[in-house]
Amino acid sequence: MSGPQPGPLQSALHDKLVDALAPAVLEIENESHRHSTKVPESHFKVTLVAEAFEGKSLVQRHRAVNALAKDELAAGLHALSIHAYTPSQWEARGGVIPQSPPCRGGST
Amino acid sequence: MAENQTHKFIEHLVTNNRVMLFMKGNKMFPQCGFSAAVVEVLKKHGVPFEAFNVLSDMNVREGIKEYSDWPTIPQLYVGGEFVGGCDIVREMDASGELVDLFASAKSPDA
Repeated sequence: MSGPQPGPLQSALHDKLVDALAPAVLEIENESHRHSTKVPESHFKVTLVAEAFEGKSLVQRHRAVNALAKDELAAGLHALSIHAYTPSQWEARGGVIPQSPPCRGGST
Repeated sequence: MAENQTHKFIEHLVTNNRVMLFMKGNKMFPQCGFSAAVVEVLKKHGVPFEAFNVLSDMNVREGIKEYSDWPTIPQLYVGGEFVGGCDIVREMDASGELVDLFASAKSPDA
């Protein structure tokens, strides 16, 4: 789904998101290999579809996910790209996950 | 002491520039794909904006995360208000919400 073997940070974040938000769709992609940090778990892209996001602004949704990822961000996760949708928004966009921009090398 | 100064410096930038971007690298040479994506969106909208390179100042790099309780960079501010990071800016661009936001930001100071 998102690479061969999820690392410890990815697994921990996955469990926290499931517990807190009960997402209908949850995909965590480890995009670290595309970046210059040379850390195995530096860049994640999280796509979530959850009822819990209903009536919440984008900033509120991102804050919720960032708060759940606090420990992982402190433990070496450097970039967390978040795509958070309600079930109806997800359906409207045909279940397409946005692409991340290419690295520009300054993330050391 | 230094923390307080950094907070004031950030506040000054955010309140004195209607569209203010904290990014990695500069407008010409972004050093992060997420920062570059936000610059691209802003340029596409033709909105005047100021950018601060957080790689040039460790205090601001850390301080900006505290300022809006937001753990990542880039961060965009419009009219003194925190808008979001790369994902939010791109999403608001796609949905058309940014047009409204910049329409008010382009008008002269009230």
